[in-house]
Amino acid sequence: MHDIIRQLEEKRQKAHLGGGKHRIEKQHEKGKLTARERLDLLLDPESFEEWDMFVEHRCTDFGMDKQSIPGDGVVTGHGTINGRLVFVFSQDFTVFGGSLSESHAGKIAKIMDKAMQVGAPVIGLNDSGGARIQEGVSSLAGYAEVFQRNVLASGVIPQISMIMGPCAGGAVYSPAITDFIFMVKNKSYMFVTGPDVVKTVTHEEVSHEELGGALTHTQKSGVADKAFDNDAEALLMLRRFFDFLPSSNREAPPVRPTPDSPDRVELSLDTLVPDNTNKPYDIIELIEKIVDEGDFFELQPEYAANIVIGFGRMEGSTVGIVANQPMVLAGCLDIDSSKKAARFVRFCDCFNIPIITFVDVPGFLPGTTQEHGGIIKHGAKLLYAFAEATVPKVTVITRKAYGGAYDVMSSKHLRGDVNLAWPSAEIAVMGPKGAVEIIFRDDIGNPGKIAERTEEYRQRFANPFIVGHRGFIDDVIMPHNTRLRLCRSLRMLKGKKLENPWKKHGNIPL
Amino acid sequence: MFKKILIANRGEIACRIIRTAKQMGIKTVAVYSEADRDARHVVMADEAICIGGAPSSESYLVIDKIIDAIQKSKAQAVHPGYGFLSENASFARKLKAKGIAFIGPGTLAINKMGDKIESKKLAEKAGVNTIPGHTEALKDTRQALAVSKRVGFPVMLKASAGGGGKGMRIARNEKEVREGFEAAKREAKSSFGDDRVFVEKYIEQPRHIEIQILADGHGNTVYLGERECSIQRRHQKVIEEAPSPFIDEKTRRAMGEQAVVLARAVKYVSAGTVEFIVDAKRNFYFLEMNTRLQVEHPVTEMITGLDLVEWMIRIADGEKFPLSQEDIKLTGWAIESRIYAEDPFRGFLPSVGRLSRYVAPPENPHVRVDTGVYEGGEISIHYDPMIAKLISYGKDRDEAITHMRQALDAFYIRGVSNNIGFLAAVMAHPRFVKGKLTTNFIADEYGDIFDAADVLHDDPNMLVAVAACLHRAYQERAASISGQCSGHERVVLNDWRVLLQGKSFKARVVPVAAGYDVSIEGASDPQEFHVRTDWQLGQPLFDAQINGHRIIMQVERNGPAYSLSHAGLGVDVLVLNEMTASLYELMPEKVVADTSRFLLSPMPGLLMSLAVKEGQMVSGGDELAVIEAMKMENVLKAERDAVVKTVHATPGDSLAVDQPIIEFE
Repeated sequence: MHDIIRQLEEKRQKAHLGGGKHRIEKQHEKGKLTARERLDLLLDPESFEEWDMFVEHRCTDFGMDKQSIPGDGVVTGHGTINGRLVFVFSQDFTVFGGSLSESHAGKIAKIMDKAMQVGAPVIGLNDSGGARIQEGVSSLAGYAEVFQRNVLASGVIPQISMIMGPCAGGAVYSPAITDFIFMVKNKSYMFVTGPDVVKTVTHEEVSHEELGGALTHTQKSGVADKAFDNDAEALLMLRRFFDFLPSSNREAPPVRPTPDSPDRVELSLDTLVPDNTNKPYDIIELIEKIVDEGDFFELQPEYAANIVIGFGRMEGSTVGIVANQPMVLAGCLDIDSSKKAARFVRFCDCFNIPIITFVDVPGFLPGTTQEHGGIIKHGAKLLYAFAEATVPKVTVITRKAYGGAYDVMSSKHLRGDVNLAWPSAEIAVMGPKGAVEIIFRDDIGNPGKIAERTEEYRQRFANPFIVGHRGFIDDVIMPHNTRLRLCRSLRMLKGKKLENPWKKHGNIPL
Repeated sequence: MFKKILIANRGEIACRIIRTAKQMGIKTVAVYSEADRDARHVVMADEAICIGGAPSSESYLVIDKIIDAIQKSKAQAVHPGYGFLSENASFARKLKAKGIAFIGPGTLAINKMGDKIESKKLAEKAGVNTIPGHTEALKDTRQALAVSKRVGFPVMLKASAGGGGKGMRIARNEKEVREGFEAAKREAKSSFGDDRVFVEKYIEQPRHIEIQILADGHGNTVYLGERECSIQRRHQKVIEEAPSPFIDEKTRRAMGEQAVVLARAVKYVSAGTVEFIVDAKRNFYFLEMNTRLQVEHPVTEMITGLDLVEWMIRIADGEKFPLSQEDIKLTGWAIESRIYAEDPFRGFLPSVGRLSRYVAPPENPHVRVDTGVYEGGEISIHYDPMIAKLISYGKDRDEAITHMRQALDAFYIRGVSNNIGFLAAVMAHPRFVKGKLTTNFIADEYGDIFDAADVLHDDPNMLVAVAACLHRAYQERAASISGQCSGHERVVLNDWRVLLQGKSFKARVVPVAAGYDVSIEGASDPQEFHVRTDWQLGQPLFDAQINGHRIIMQVERNGPAYSLSHAGLGVDVLVLNEMTASLYELMPEKVVADTSRFLLSPMPGLLMSLAVKEGQMVSGGDELAVIEAMKMENVLKAERDAVVKTVHATPGDSLAVDQPIIEFE
């Protein structure tokens, strides 16, 4: 008995050392933390319960039978973040470069299965060289086991990927399916084929960073949601992000107390929208002034910045925010922004998070790039997402709501629960000038007359009253009262029950 | 008394005049440009009349439009404030012709004093001390050189019609005269519509001290003590105080008496200011007379108890000023800080935009705030970038400084870069505290760039303590989230590790009633902080009693860190548990992007000209480009020798901050 305990201690010690002191030092030299150190930062102190520490790989080819390390390159288990249960896996780059073996994948699959059963999120800390080549197809099978679970868990429990090192080849598809991907700047990269293959095939010379670094994916591809400066900052911010999310689709979002009063009046919002309708303003100022304590966790801030998405809280409860950003491309909808917002809206709908939408949209971005790129189907994604969502939906039109884009942005017609407008709102089929040039085509040669007609059109439609008459908006509110009115609406909607017709699943235009 | 007056101005001064008029029961009429439609002075006045486009040349400077507004509103008198038409004799004359009272001096005084050369001659004749120089307008560069050599370098090239630091240039050698003369003329022409420039001896180590005078139409002319305005940046006053820490009673009287003599010489009526330059031996020389209300008049009001605007109005209405020179008593000490929309980190270049946050410290007998803006208002590219004037008052200089420091700490502005941190740093600067001022103070002590991260703080451990309190409070709240597993609830502990400016401190934070007790171990001896506050999560101002002293600090969450600003210092502080802190040490230093190969636009503005072409060699100091912003030409010079690789902008382009203009090889 005594002997067993001693052996146990030895095994534990060995497991804790992962790939050994030397490799740990190397990891540190690179400015990276080890798999266990990362979990130490992510989880509440002493909360981690490790599983499968003694799992080892079963490969015997290529001399692999001679080298085996308990844990097999991934640390798995569960713990808490601010007392709330979370399942985690953390790939250990010091052990076989974090490569994924069949048993490594089995460990991940095990915690995912349990997470789904108990209804708790899964966070993956990715730092892996890829498949364990020595294992051949067993490793591929391992990936697929994880992918399948990612898909089944999608919409059941929140899944978050933090890319903290390499993530290449097939490995990228697990994070790809998860709800959020975060990356560490200069330390992580993701791509399907690496620079070497790229060079052989296309003769393109490109660095890891340029091909799939954190900046590439947060600015160009939109694959990642946010990039952080280093491991420690990333994990501390991940803790903060986690506090916004419900544990599963069976639960309401978490609530925490706030001293911020729902009645807080922000007089400065009355001057946020400039008199000149062509002048931009920063919609983030509005968001920060209406959420609790100005605390807004923006996602994908540097990608498709013409739409803003992220989480805040109202009276302590999580809300998802979607807002057109007039500062970028006049806030119009295009392919990237539609996809960005659509996925976010669907996440909120999966997890019972009410959606606040701020609308200032002049329409869809015209042009061949957009049309040839398939804006028809991509724009439809956002339409689909808003239309399908059954969570509380509150919409505020701050200025322009033109054309089809008006319909898309959580309009009354797409089952918006409370649709409000600021006095500066203009809801119309298009801007005054364009409309006049169509309706009064014969007068186009006469600038004086066109100007007159335009002014007439503006007088008639550049206000919230026309749609008010039709009940397309529920009320016109003063900007300074926006927080108060949103809080009241959300309170009223707490008990909202709405179900879509039974179906296996819808067919969103992918 | 007048029933209704019109204020031919905007911004803080218009608001300040309206305030007094209201107290006197006089109705007020504001005028505004299209850019000022929602400005504070428009809201405050009883009536408001739009007088044209945003550029002041289409509105506030157009005499006919103002006169129309007067006639439309049936105002009986006009207060011109400062700047704009305040020293425009033809405006005053036209008003007189229409029987409208001008709240200011007569045209004779405006005319004589408005011309630097005229005024200097007049002063000499009246027996006022003047600076050696050439009082005639210079014809050309050759003459400028000749006169400069006669007067002796360094010299100052000044626009005849200039003032307030505009249209002045120092030349230390012939080369600089050659370069500066044409530019000075150009600037004079564009700023004042008058390109006459003269030259005079430039006094080094000078102090700027000015005398406030007040004269009624019945022959009573008094001086209301001095103001020291030595804290200037590029001839623009930044901090003013009254009295001066340098002037003794004898000098005060001598200066005051000369000022009165000069005022009498032009039959001066109303409030006016005679500016002197004072050298280290308390020799003083006449600089100019400003025939208007000065920006910095509040410090005089604080120590004399007189409302200068009120007396300007009463005097314009023919009232007698009842006090004689013996009745004027200076009591206590007042300091004014000018809060500008400018970016100290970018060489104090003007900044524009929306004041997304604007919360001034509350006014009380020790703190006065003169402003024309409000939260959500706009700092427009068209006008002076001053956001507010913050005035403090105390029984002595130290007390005035203390109140100023506290008020600056509490002044909360976001959306537009500003110099509050810089002002707070000056207030804490030992040389300022000792009153050892010269007009070179800022240039000597700070140079061209102010970085809040470099400010020395007298008690950095206090910042550590505050960060620890903030973190503890946020963690307690994080620990009260719903949905925690029973038995695994988050427990917040007392011990933390605080990282500040590369140093690590141990902090024990114990909650007590209404605050925390914090003990710090770190770089120096252990220290105890008893922090008592009703601060709440999310509030930007941490207002606390710390060891019995009131401390106001601006606090903001910035990623995992807390950004604290206090007494000019702005730092990011991390509060971590012991384990996290030890891992944090393994993190690499943040890499700052290398932008040294680029000439970036330091401010939003218009690219006026480019002095270089692609492939051209430039040496350090060469002119690269000129950007116009806030009506000022800003010359961008090469920082070092380089070769121009690519030019990214063309003249006429509107530039955003940090937009690349030139790329070097």
